[in-house]
Amino acid sequence: MSQVRLTIDDREIVAERGQTVLEAALANGIDIPNLCYDPRLSPSGSCRLCLVEVEGQAPLQTSCALEIRDGLVVKTDTEEIRQIRQTILELLFAEHKGHCTTCDENGQCKLQEYAYEYGLGEDAFAEATRAKPIDNYTTGNLAMEYDPGKCIRCGRCVRICDEVQMAHALTFRDRAAEVEVSTAFDVPLNESTCVLCGQCISTCPTGALYERSAKGQGQAKDLVRTRTTCPYCGVGCQIDLNVSPKTGRIVRATSEVGCIPNDGNLCVKGRFGMEFVGHPDRLTSPLIKRNGKFEKVTWQEAIRTVAERLNKIKAESGPDSIAGLSSAKCTNEENYILQKFIRAAIGTNNVDHCARLCHASTVAGLARAFGSGAMTNSNEELKDARCIFVIGSNTTEAHPVIALAIKEAVVKNAATLIVADPRDIELVRYAKLHLQQRPGTDVALINAMLHVIISESLPDKDFIRERTEGFELVVEAVKDSTPEKAEKITGVPAEAIREAARTYAQAETASIVFSMGITQHTTGTDNVLSLANLAMLTGNVGKESAGVNPLRGQNNVQGACDLGALPNVYPGYQKIEDAAIRAKFEKAWGTKLADKTGLTIVEMIHAVEQGAVKALYLMGENPALSDPNLNRTRKALEDVEFLVSQDIFLSETAQYADVVLPTACFAEKEGTFTNTERRVQRVRKAVEPPGEARDDWQIVCDVSTAMGYPMQYDGADKIMDEIASVTPIYGGMSYDRIESVGLQWPCPYKDHPGTKFLHKGKFTRGKGKFHAVPFREPAETPSKKYPLILSTGRQLYQYHTGTLTRRSRAIDQKSPTGYVEINRRDAEKYAIENGDSVEVSTVRGKVVTQAVVGDRVPQGRIFMPFHFAEGPANILTNDALDPIAKIPELKVCAAAIKNVKSELVG
Amino acid sequence: MPSDKDAPLDTAAATEICEAFKPATSDDLIPILQKIQDAYGYLPAEIIAEVSRRTGLQVSQMYGVATFYEQFHLERQGRYTIKCCRGTACHVKGGRDIINAIKRELKVEPGETTGDMRFTFETVACLGTCFLAPVVMVENDYYGHVTTKSIKSILSRYT
Repeated sequence: MSQVRLTIDDREIVAERGQTVLEAALANGIDIPNLCYDPRLSPSGSCRLCLVEVEGQAPLQTSCALEIRDGLVVKTDTEEIRQIRQTILELLFAEHKGHCTTCDENGQCKLQEYAYEYGLGEDAFAEATRAKPIDNYTTGNLAMEYDPGKCIRCGRCVRICDEVQMAHALTFRDRAAEVEVSTAFDVPLNESTCVLCGQCISTCPTGALYERSAKGQGQAKDLVRTRTTCPYCGVGCQIDLNVSPKTGRIVRATSEVGCIPNDGNLCVKGRFGMEFVGHPDRLTSPLIKRNGKFEKVTWQEAIRTVAERLNKIKAESGPDSIAGLSSAKCTNEENYILQKFIRAAIGTNNVDHCARLCHASTVAGLARAFGSGAMTNSNEELKDARCIFVIGSNTTEAHPVIALAIKEAVVKNAATLIVADPRDIELVRYAKLHLQQRPGTDVALINAMLHVIISESLPDKDFIRERTEGFELVVEAVKDSTPEKAEKITGVPAEAIREAARTYAQAETASIVFSMGITQHTTGTDNVLSLANLAMLTGNVGKESAGVNPLRGQNNVQGACDLGALPNVYPGYQKIEDAAIRAKFEKAWGTKLADKTGLTIVEMIHAVEQGAVKALYLMGENPALSDPNLNRTRKALEDVEFLVSQDIFLSETAQYADVVLPTACFAEKEGTFTNTERRVQRVRKAVEPPGEARDDWQIVCDVSTAMGYPMQYDGADKIMDEIASVTPIYGGMSYDRIESVGLQWPCPYKDHPGTKFLHKGKFTRGKGKFHAVPFREPAETPSKKYPLILSTGRQLYQYHTGTLTRRSRAIDQKSPTGYVEINRRDAEKYAIENGDSVEVSTVRGKVVTQAVVGDRVPQGRIFMPFHFAEGPANILTNDALDPIAKIPELKVCAAAIKNVKSELVG
Repeated sequence: MPSDKDAPLDTAAATEICEAFKPATSDDLIPILQKIQDAYGYLPAEIIAEVSRRTGLQVSQMYGVATFYEQFHLERQGRYTIKCCRGTACHVKGGRDIINAIKRELKVEPGETTGDMRFTFETVACLGTCFLAPVVMVENDYYGHVTTKSIKSILSRYT
């Protein structure tokens, strides 16, 4: 980027071309007052406070809208300008309540700051024209409150809703003195197109918009802010927990504009989903089940009981009769400790975690094709991709802040978006093409795209020759996979497949974005291999803004995998079968290690049925709601001889446990999470844990020590030091290096800068490997008795088994219960109306839930979110596994639906 | 907007209007709203939603524009619109009494529509015919030098 020289307030400064005078000034430490400016928004120049004098130009200019150029001479603080600013502020206060002493924003309000700076007289703070709070679009909303009396009509909330979130929920209503922010037709916020991201609150320069639950809980000036990482999805947004020193409770969650990776943007869960932290339902002391009832016990007794029982089972039935589930919700350090405990203290590789249910096929597939099973690019690179191919990812709901980058790429940077998804998801609105494939036919779709690219001579021949192997296998495998054949299998018109293939292949940079729609199939690994084929065929990997990007589901699912909470690898994906690697860990951990690959999640459940596994040690997992074929899972949890659950709540799973150990949640401990773009970021303690709850790693260390394998660390940072010493991709990580911004692995040594995108110049495995992938049908196809295809997935407002999000009143108001989406024509056929109680059944079980009738799913298909314990979708799902990754087919099963309204009434 | 609840409105006219503006940009927003109002007499919420689906223009944006300009109506209008002037000339000539007389006669406040959907009553800043003050306009007919007594007979001409 070229540079520009200009003079501001007699100082010669150098700035980047394209910046505005305001941006150049701020970047050089010259403060120009502003109220309607937010770096995330296009300038509006409406508050007039940033007026400056430009030499040679008669009228004053708004510095937020004036682009810099060489030789510009600017004055920001003349007597004339100060006079004007003072008048503007006085006019604003004529309509703004100057009740700073009772305002929550006190101490963080820009209007207040400028009133002081420009010496406004007390008479400026007269009663506002509308003194009393009046009903508006937020009345009764539990997430936020709009106070028109404090609003200065700068329009930032309206613009951020339009430009960044693109939800278009807000607008200015009426004109002149009557202007107010509202929704279209003044409907209540939750009935508008609002997605409760709270971006409007984040950009409001005054206290006009505020979190409802934060009102009166402490003024901004008194709150203590702790920077940490959001505990929800894999985007890894940096959030600031604002804690009241008086109550020690979290008042609100904010985020700083400019922070990496989310630039101050958050979604509903990060903004309004923190109520679980200090919730009265939190576990506060260890529990042991006696005669079917939980009794409070001391930590000493709990640890002793767990150690004795595990030692006894180990002595009687061998170490392989014990299995551990680690957690993608816990920190890297805790995952490292749990897998070390299972491997070194117990002596088995039976350790796994919920990544098995989300991205096991990604890890398996991309490791085979590229050598590394992670997102190849960084979140921000999506903004500059010329083509984005989203397949099997409902990004706006599951990874909302990454979706902002995709929307920005399309709307602001004219990228082409192709969406392949069986449902009419929100991203379709931004897409040039929507390929609505039948669930489970992704391989057929992608093979046909490969066929088109090859037959139309669109492959990147140089890339294939220099960087890959096995190309001929793919040419042979897809030679008959014509779009016409694919149309018959997938239901996607052949011409659309052709156009998608051409668009993707011809783009200068093309990024694939995928998620559970690709991975949660019995062909999950095949699907991933197909996508790797597509990227390699067109040379779209190993460069900026082009790659294969699995969006990881949990906040730390990347880290839990990285740190070896998997049955076949040690930390850093180092294979247990490799004798040299095993010897390295035996030396580091000072004990003999098992060489046999352990069991995966669903296999553990099946092994309990067979009596092979007698004890389960769970850290923060909730398989009694998250796993497929729940009736079978729950039976196993009931039958297993000894079950330990470390959790923050008495979850559906913990209720089956023999011993429950209360743990600290993310806001109460130190550690790190690794986000989906491989960035290792700090988790910091903001509040005290409730009662006797302790860090997961401390509990595991105590159990291990009591079992005869001593583990002790002075802090989480020391665990990270040990991780760095045995994990090459984390070799250069340490807390001091990630204090302000996280580092992306691979980061092999101390001064390595981290890796923005993978496979530059060379794949992790050397050459990229093409795989011939024949199409296979899903494990279950519709039948006469079960004529519909059921898919399960997430929705925006809830998270996984709902243990965290369902404790937020703001979220509960918007998303109170579960439902099943059904096409309006199917609804007619089955005599179902919107809101009716329906029974959804599969060969494995049935649940009653509410029907949502519409066009989001096409005919013949239904969709259910899996968050709700009162209508658990996983009673229905199929536990058939992908043969390689052992991921269950949560996206496809045959189901039936019927109206039970009349039966309930009767 | 209780009127919307009566029966679903026919979207055919809206569809035709949207088709004529394809592809619509924000420059087309006001012309589209004007045509919709011509076709439906006002801007019904459900029709605006349909326009949004067909044009990609946002409902919130259309609502902002519709509430900014006096010419747009968000509620069903009466068969006849009465505009009573409250400009300076009319005011000194007793315009307020005229407004009150109409209010009493129709039993509605300015901005409202009579229950039988016959009249919508509005006040306006100036009708540009100050020499006739006080002035009332019904549809396109001007009535000058109006008195509180003549109101009844003026209104009776519109059935």
